Amino acid sequence: MTDGLTRLDTRFAQLAAENKKAFVAFVTAGDPDVTTSAAIIAGLPKAGADVIEIGMPFTDPMADGPAIQASSLRALQAGQTLVGTLEMVRQFRQTDDNTPIVLMGYYNPIYYYGAEKFVTEAKAAGVDGLIVVDLPPEEDEELCLPALRGGLNFIRLATPTTDDARLPDVLKNTSGFVYYVSIAGITGSAAPKKTAVAANVARIKSHTDLPVVVGFGIRTPEQAHDIASIADGAVVGSVLVEAVAQHLDAQGKAMPELVEHVLLLASQLAAGVNKT
Amino acid sequence: MDGTNSYREGPDENGRFGLYGGRFVAETLMPLILDLEKAYGTAQKDPAFDAELVDLQTHYVGRPSPLYFAERLTEYYGGAKVYLKRDELNHTGSHKINNCLGQILLAKRMGKTRIIAETGAGQHGVAVATVAARFGLPCTVFMGATDIERQKPNVFRMKLLGADVRPVTSGAGTLKDAMNEALRDWVANVDDTFYIIGTVAGPHPYPAMVRDFQSIIGKETKVQMQEREGRLPDTLVACIGGGSNAMGLFHPFLDDKDVNIIGVEAGGLGLDTPDHAASLAGGKPGVLHGNRTYLLQDDDGQIIEGHSISAGLDYPGIGPEHAFLRDSGRVTYASATDKEALEAFQLITRLEGIIPALEPSHALAHVGKIAPQLPKDHLLVMNMCGRGDKDVFAVAEHLNIDL
Repeated sequence: MTDGLTRLDTRFAQLAAENKKAFVAFVTAGDPDVTTSAAIIAGLPKAGADVIEIGMPFTDPMADGPAIQASSLRALQAGQTLVGTLEMVRQFRQTDDNTPIVLMGYYNPIYYYGAEKFVTEAKAAGVDGLIVVDLPPEEDEELCLPALRGGLNFIRLATPTTDDARLPDVLKNTSGFVYYVSIAGITGSAAPKKTAVAANVARIKSHTDLPVVVGFGIRTPEQAHDIASIADGAVVGSVLVEAVAQHLDAQGKAMPELVEHVLLLASQLAAGVNKT
Repeated sequence: MDGTNSYREGPDENGRFGLYGGRFVAETLMPLILDLEKAYGTAQKDPAFDAELVDLQTHYVGRPSPLYFAERLTEYYGGAKVYLKRDELNHTGSHKINNCLGQILLAKRMGKTRIIAETGAGQHGVAVATVAARFGLPCTVFMGATDIERQKPNVFRMKLLGADVRPVTSGAGTLKDAMNEALRDWVANVDDTFYIIGTVAGPHPYPAMVRDFQSIIGKETKVQMQEREGRLPDTLVACIGGGSNAMGLFHPFLDDKDVNIIGVEAGGLGLDTPDHAASLAGGKPGVLHGNRTYLLQDDDGQIIEGHSISAGLDYPGIGPEHAFLRDSGRVTYASATDKEALEAFQLITRLEGIIPALEPSHALAHVGKIAPQLPKDHLLVMNMCGRGDKDVFAVAEHLNIDL
């Protein structure tokens, strides 16, 4: 559906050719402030992130647990906006034209901004794909179809409640990769059971040739390894934004070592994903 | 409307009322709301479902609620004949029970064994806790920490009824945040849990389903007014937070062209201040909690907390069908401030011996603005959707009275 290949398509093809798994690192744009956040994002490729998933903060992140809720609020309090997030991507692209960037968020800020306009500007800024939690296939005309027309991947979530009857609808307009939500729950929940995840990944793969990446509840390099070994990659988010929270001073400002700590953690997780 | 002349045909198969409504939920919930839609459709066609509901409405809730001619209020205003639809006399003290009974019967049919709900003022929470007790199902109610502080009597009632009341501290700790938390719980408990949404909002089929269960208010009003006056009322007035009592009263009258219909939003400290909860007057279309509707939001599409003296009205959104009825011009939407509501609260208490909830006090404040100008044969119905016991402490505080 997408016109031409995105950086996501290219990256997953490379990883497959090298028999490697993808480490997808999630951080929230503008958390705890735009400068620190930009430094984290700029450092993620070197830390081993194959794909960067950037959260667009929203006041009401209904699918997220306390860690990502808190990071969204920190970013909003520091003045982060949708336009500001696109600007961060534009800055990142000044020095990195290869690492795929996926924006993740909720529909309202995009709808308010204007879906078509958002797609055009996101593409121009260097975004490769979108994950919008509250847009199921039933609402594809809102943003999914405009995004595909505009040359962005639209990455859909498949979940434990997505049964075989529904899976083709979910996969129909999905591109880039399929994000399998490992548990029925919110981000940052309990660890997923490897056997159940493996069965579901296999089920999804029987319906699609797209890479299947698994997220939700992955917190340690060991878990990342376990999950990546049965899929095409693993997403880690809550534990990274918790690391941001742990390196704030009493006023909520970033401590000098914050970026280094977050990137160290990211590199440990990346090593876990591709541990042999 | 699409070539027909009816305002009562929505939603369409995608859950849309024109531009509004829809199913904006995470994939995890999508199969659940499709199941719910199917189960509700089946129940609607089953006479046994209706029979059980009617039996409970009659013998458990005490329906029909009276349509009361407020003689002294009418005299005081000196214009329209003011009738009150007495839904505050229902078991549990508000219209919320109408919807909760319908939904718990559906939960039972679907084999669900656990109930969750959100609540603002606690009226819906109390109604949910009540039906959960009646049907022996465990029940968790999410309530903003700020609201728990403002509505202690209702919190205690819920606990007495056996509900687990979970304080929600995210955001401003009010209704919007409670709804986020209930949705999070539902996503994590998809197999056994039924979410009883309390207003005409949320993803399809909730707005239509809650409206249907509340429409008993308008249906009874139609019959009762016919009995009392031999005709339809001229004007209907109801307060709006999410808008369930208003939809319940309005819906059966939407195609009666001569009936003037007015919804009253919470004007808080005034529409010219940031502190109000009038999403139609001060908001813009957006997407939250599963549906597109008018929302209070900033220039970045971030949701703004509503403010109202009434914890039941300070929701930053409004049911999608109201958004549709506003754009189509069928229903007029007005607002009343905290101060006006507080004055109306005291007025009706003294004149009619009815202590209203702060929510319908907003509707009454608007009645006070229009009734004096209307002719004496003008029939006006206001929905008295809740009683004020829960609010007496808050009112005392606002009046600077130390209890």
